[in-house]
Amino acid sequence: MNNTNQHSGDAPVIAIDNVTKTYQMGEVAVHALRGVSVDVHAGEYVAIIGASGSGKSTLMNIIGLLDRPTHGSYQICGQEVSQLSKSAQADIRNRKIGFVFQRFNLLPRTSAQAQVELPLFYAGITGSTARRRAIDALTRVGLKTRIDHRPDQLSGGQQQRVAIARALVTQPSLLLADEPTGALDSKTTAEILDLFDELHAQGLTLVVVTHEHTVAARAARVITVSDGAVIGDVRTRGAAKEMHA
Amino acid sequence: MRMLRYLRLAFANISVNKMRSLLTMLGIIIGVAAVLTTLGIAAGAANSITADIEAEGTNLLDVSAANGASTLTLADARILADTTAFPQFAGVAPTYSGSATFVRGATDTDGQVRGVTADYPAVSTVELASGRFLTTDEEMNATRVVVLGADLATDLFDSADPIGQEVRIGGDLFTVVGVLAESGGSAFFSDDTTAYVPLAVAQTRLFNAPRYRGELSVSSISIKVRDGYALESAEQDAEVALRLLHGLGAEDDNDFSIFNQASLLALADRVSTTLSTLLGGIGAISLIVGGIGIMNIMLVTVTERTNEIGLRRALGAHDRDILTQFLAEALVLCLLGGLLGVGLSYSVAVLLTTVPGFEITVTIDLTSVILALGVAAGSAIIFGLYPAMRATRLDPVEALRYE
Repeated sequence: MNNTNQHSGDAPVIAIDNVTKTYQMGEVAVHALRGVSVDVHAGEYVAIIGASGSGKSTLMNIIGLLDRPTHGSYQICGQEVSQLSKSAQADIRNRKIGFVFQRFNLLPRTSAQAQVELPLFYAGITGSTARRRAIDALTRVGLKTRIDHRPDQLSGGQQQRVAIARALVTQPSLLLADEPTGALDSKTTAEILDLFDELHAQGLTLVVVTHEHTVAARAARVITVSDGAVIGDVRTRGAAKEMHA
Repeated sequence: MRMLRYLRLAFANISVNKMRSLLTMLGIIIGVAAVLTTLGIAAGAANSITADIEAEGTNLLDVSAANGASTLTLADARILADTTAFPQFAGVAPTYSGSATFVRGATDTDGQVRGVTADYPAVSTVELASGRFLTTDEEMNATRVVVLGADLATDLFDSADPIGQEVRIGGDLFTVVGVLAESGGSAFFSDDTTAYVPLAVAQTRLFNAPRYRGELSVSSISIKVRDGYALESAEQDAEVALRLLHGLGAEDDNDFSIFNQASLLALADRVSTTLSTLLGGIGAISLIVGGIGIMNIMLVTVTERTNEIGLRRALGAHDRDILTQFLAEALVLCLLGGLLGVGLSYSVAVLLTTVPGFEITVTIDLTSVILALGVAAGSAIIFGLYPAMRATRLDPVEALRYE
């Protein structure tokens, strides 16, 4: 466990140590996470699987810095982030994490290019640099010819590709996908999962949260969450290659 | 650059729902238009009153006898007219006024008679339409001649030329030597029913003026202050001289009053300022109501776009980014409404000129336009702040889950 706050090339992208999350629902305390420890290293392709109510969404929210743990430590690339201010967490989300959602969450009436430029805007990057990087990211997901299209002019798969380009444009340390194929048919699902494979092969760190075993099966490592705890952590396809020293 | 992006975004979001945006802006549009139109009418009215007063001359002092007193006399006028002692007075014109009935044949009409000296036109503004004014000779000899006001001439002579004709005033026959031009549209200082006769005729033949210390009294003395002398100090000089002449002690009140046109101007100015403040205040209330309308719609917008706010959070938006986005939207709504209101007020001003009988020129000045837009922008900040703060307080997890 790397306990320094220094950035380090050797530090895991995600280092979650004994994290708990308790919600107070009136008189009742709901334990969504009961002491979860997970490390994800650079270049890993991890699926977090679990039934609804298992705590996987809570875990994803904590990984995405959208929620804070009640107890425990969370480090991103060696930096303790669980106690950072709201504003500092926003910066980490912006620079280190790329989000992909089940319902794509694209802005209506906005061109693909403008969607992809949005995270750069919050990073303070505008103008021709932002334009060039947005087009690069859209090219990377195979939408070079669709940069001017609005969501209502794109298919579901294409919309999710725009969302993936938007997640990639800031060159994050981690791509965090929440049920990325939940709103797609099987053919498009396969296309998106192929794209994830491609990105993984390029060295991107991916964490995919899903309840579908077919989706999880494409990952190199499957973490199973049940009743607020990790009950399985299995390295599968090409696992040896992923291991770090 | 960033602000420009927020403003562009605001425009885009506003134009998505044009009808709703227009209805939202309606409060501000009507508020701004109401403020500018009422202020414009008040300013126009003030301008026309000021023009009336200025036409009478602002370097005039009018000394009149206090109610019931007859202590203001020809002697006072003679002394004030001494240019060696009072170089600040360019002209001094004593008058004696009363009302009388004018008769010509079977026609009669009521009017004012003002006994004046030949110097009177040098002090006051009288404009002749035909004939001439009274002469010094006629004044010395108390000749029964009269200069008629425009309305009197029309009433008595219709379209006939009155010059050289005779009219009967209070039983005496007077020869008409001149007719005055109409004094214009001014409703405040109409001279058109006044006739001018030599001072001595008014004092002795027509009205039997009382005497004070052996001198015939006058009803007023008009004094024109010479250019280059301050009106206020000239007024004080006249007051001191008259108190001395009337033998008033330190504790005695003035037995006369001095009135200057400039103070009337100042009064008119104060009245119009008060009026503008009042009307502006009422208009400001309508702007506040408009602002509340904007707040209402902004709250709806924030709720509708909860999911978008969650997404922006996930992509790294700070509190200030969300706040700026929604404030900019409220600001654009208010300013757009404000500009439309300015346009509407100018249209109303143009429309009012076509209304028959409405003679005030609606004067919308740039200051009120800037002020109204400023208030609109201010209300955008005030009323946009709460919805924008609500947007920043949304929990990103909840916001992303919101359908």
